[in-house]
Amino acid sequence: MENAPLFSVKVTVNGQLFEREVEPRLLLSDFLRHELALTGTHVGCEHGVCGACTVLLNGEAVRSCLIFAVQAHGQEIVTVEGLTPDGGREALHPLQEAFREAHGLQCGFCTPGILMTLIPFLQEHPQPSEGEIREALSGNLCRCTGYHNIVKAVQLAAETLRHG
Amino acid sequence: MKPAAFDYHAPESLEEALALLNEYGYEAKLLAGGQSLIPTMNFRLARPAVLIDLNRIKELSYIEKNGSGLRLGAMTRQRALERSELVANHAPLLHETMPFIAHPQIRNRGTIGGNIAHADPASELPAVMWALDGYLKLQSAAGERRVAVQDFFVGMFTTDLEPEEMLTEIEIPAMFPRSGWAFREIARRHGDYALVGVAATVRLDEAGRCEDARLVFFSVGEGPVEAQLASDALIGELPGDALIETAAALAAEADIDPDGDIHASADYRRQLARVLARDTLRRAFERTK
Repeated sequence: MENAPLFSVKVTVNGQLFEREVEPRLLLSDFLRHELALTGTHVGCEHGVCGACTVLLNGEAVRSCLIFAVQAHGQEIVTVEGLTPDGGREALHPLQEAFREAHGLQCGFCTPGILMTLIPFLQEHPQPSEGEIREALSGNLCRCTGYHNIVKAVQLAAETLRHG
Repeated sequence: MKPAAFDYHAPESLEEALALLNEYGYEAKLLAGGQSLIPTMNFRLARPAVLIDLNRIKELSYIEKNGSGLRLGAMTRQRALERSELVANHAPLLHETMPFIAHPQIRNRGTIGGNIAHADPASELPAVMWALDGYLKLQSAAGERRVAVQDFFVGMFTTDLEPEEMLTEIEIPAMFPRSGWAFREIARRHGDYALVGVAATVRLDEAGRCEDARLVFFSVGEGPVEAQLASDALIGELPGDALIETAAALAAEADIDPDGDIHASADYRRQLARVLARDTLRRAFERTK
């Protein structure tokens, strides 16, 4: 097949405007990793099951492997890198700090997707019950932790965020 | 896993989208929320030559009152339905169902029209719309038609849509007085495909007898499956525990014919269907009061 025409994509990622020419079939997850070198967004299953590639699209958690980069034209994306503008040198985001404190990760592969799922969740549920947390996590697979410490980390983060 | 190349169109109006669909027909796929289409493209199970992205068409995204019923634009996100007061007040069965559809990340993108037109036999919304006696507006460049949900599903992933037609609106009729409803499903993990699920709607007459009953299952056949014998057993009768048990048994043993797979045997699905039918009917009749 002849080369598909390229489309211009202008997208704000972590507050910075990027412009690239892409094939329409390029997934947003690959766009973030390969075009913008933002490799914090992990690619697991690439069919919407594992949640590792979750990013914020206009403030809502979405799977970046189920959107084409062209569809993000004119929209606002936040990736895990956006949680700590200085790369975490000064301080981690309170949610990340809680994961560190409560051992909410082991290998860490699923963690970026889990964090990005939880950012809007905690805004909507500042005082979540354990059941609500587990339901919020149901779209993210973690094969190390068994989820117990992730739930503890979310409870800790909710407390920190409530009390500033 | 990467999709094969395709020609991409992102029309800004319905008229433009219908013209493109008219031009490309079978070659084209409509991209709504993409939460089913993009995975199948990533696997290359689907390799459409042309993709018509509907996400820029603002006129297809709305939740409106229609008398005491509702009109829903096909591109309305599932998350918007989940959060809508109008849906909670005028289509409480739909409101009750929304949190069971996949995960929040999926509902943030997934649309009601895309879900229904995809016709996945394990999907909640086709069964719910069937139980609600919904209507679908199908539009093409040549005109439009209105189809009852019950006539829309032809088979597994197959609908009454012609290649140049698009589902543009879902109509939910007003609820009658003395109506009740309930939804339940059983899945291995919240948000996974259900092993069995059911939507129930019932209505009583002034004397308190069951005037109408619909029990619509999903994940037990090629599409939504209405339990006709169970309805027949309920209609004209005074609802009570014994009657509900009889109807639930008929639904599970005679109305449905589920297959077994690695997740559940056919027998287990029947048993779940019976329990879910009983629970939803009980709840639906309670709500008529």
